Amino acid sequence: MDDQPITEPDEDPRPKSRMHGRHGSAALIGVLTLLLGFGIAVQVHANSSGDALSGLREDDLIGILDNQNARADRLRQQVADLQQNLRELQDSGDKAAAARQQALDQSRALGILLGTLPATGPGVSVTVTDPDAQLTGEDLLDVVEELRGAGAEAIQFGTVRVTTSTSFEGNGGVVTVDGTELPAPYRITAIGDAKTLDTALNIPGGVAATVRAAGGQLAVQELQKVRVSVTRTLAKPKYAQPAH
Amino acid sequence: MIAALALAAGIVLGLILRPTVPTWLEPYLPIAVVAALDAVFGGLRARLDGVFDAKVFVVSFISNVTVAALIVFLGDKLGVGSQLSTAVVVVLGIRIFGNAAAIRRHLFRA
Repeated sequence: MDDQPITEPDEDPRPKSRMHGRHGSAALIGVLTLLLGFGIAVQVHANSSGDALSGLREDDLIGILDNQNARADRLRQQVADLQQNLRELQDSGDKAAAARQQALDQSRALGILLGTLPATGPGVSVTVTDPDAQLTGEDLLDVVEELRGAGAEAIQFGTVRVTTSTSFEGNGGVVTVDGTELPAPYRITAIGDAKTLDTALNIPGGVAATVRAAGGQLAVQELQKVRVSVTRTLAKPKYAQPAH
Repeated sequence: MIAALALAAGIVLGLILRPTVPTWLEPYLPIAVVAALDAVFGGLRARLDGVFDAKVFVVSFISNVTVAALIVFLGDKLGVGSQLSTAVVVVLGIRIFGNAAAIRRHLFRA
């Protein structure tokens, strides 16, 4: 055995190489250098093609892991914040949609009440005959007022949509509603509770009695579904402005 | 001659097989390679000096590799693995340079 294994071979060389076992030594040298070449190739390959982490030591890996964990925490926090933002935006979007729906519903309701939209629903169809041309515009306005008083929500008089500002003129035979001349017999369509409307028109001493007294007939037909199809356009307010 | 051929064959084998280094071997393989290189350079120098002994070469090769790996292993256990690895590489590098210088003087007479 040599004095020190770690010593360089040249530092303590044997003066004369032993001849016996020469082939064995050569084979051993070959194996060792083969291993060395193999190791070099493997290490070079592992170093170049493997990912950068595989060559690192435990401490470095722990540091990197800590960094990654901290980064993941930050990103998770970010995700939570963004999700919170998303929820808030969705809530506000829902609120805006609800407000829009409410405004739409309101505008539809107002459109029906103001006569800008066609309407349909249960109601009555009223036919007023006036063979003697005795009914005045005022009498017919009474009919409309009676319907309105009984809760009619949309009223059509002949081809005119009746609203709050509709005018009735005429002195028998022909009535002028909002500037449109309509001859007898008059047809009135009203949407509302059909029973109530019928009762209101036929109340004793009411409009039906007035029409009969004038020699005409007031026929009421209760219907499951009537249609008020005529609309009118609203003038833009010239003087009045919304006040808050 | 046989050493050079075996070295070349080993490199070719490694390139062809492309094995993955086991995890437990990862810290030791580069150090072992450097230690073995030191032994090979020492052997080459001894051969040029005319004092080459196969037994010395084999023993020094194996012990070099073993001691280097042991030092790294011990360093890892003591928590100074990376520093000791650097120390081993530096020492072996200096020796390799010294041997390379001797070989150069033999080959080029300069």
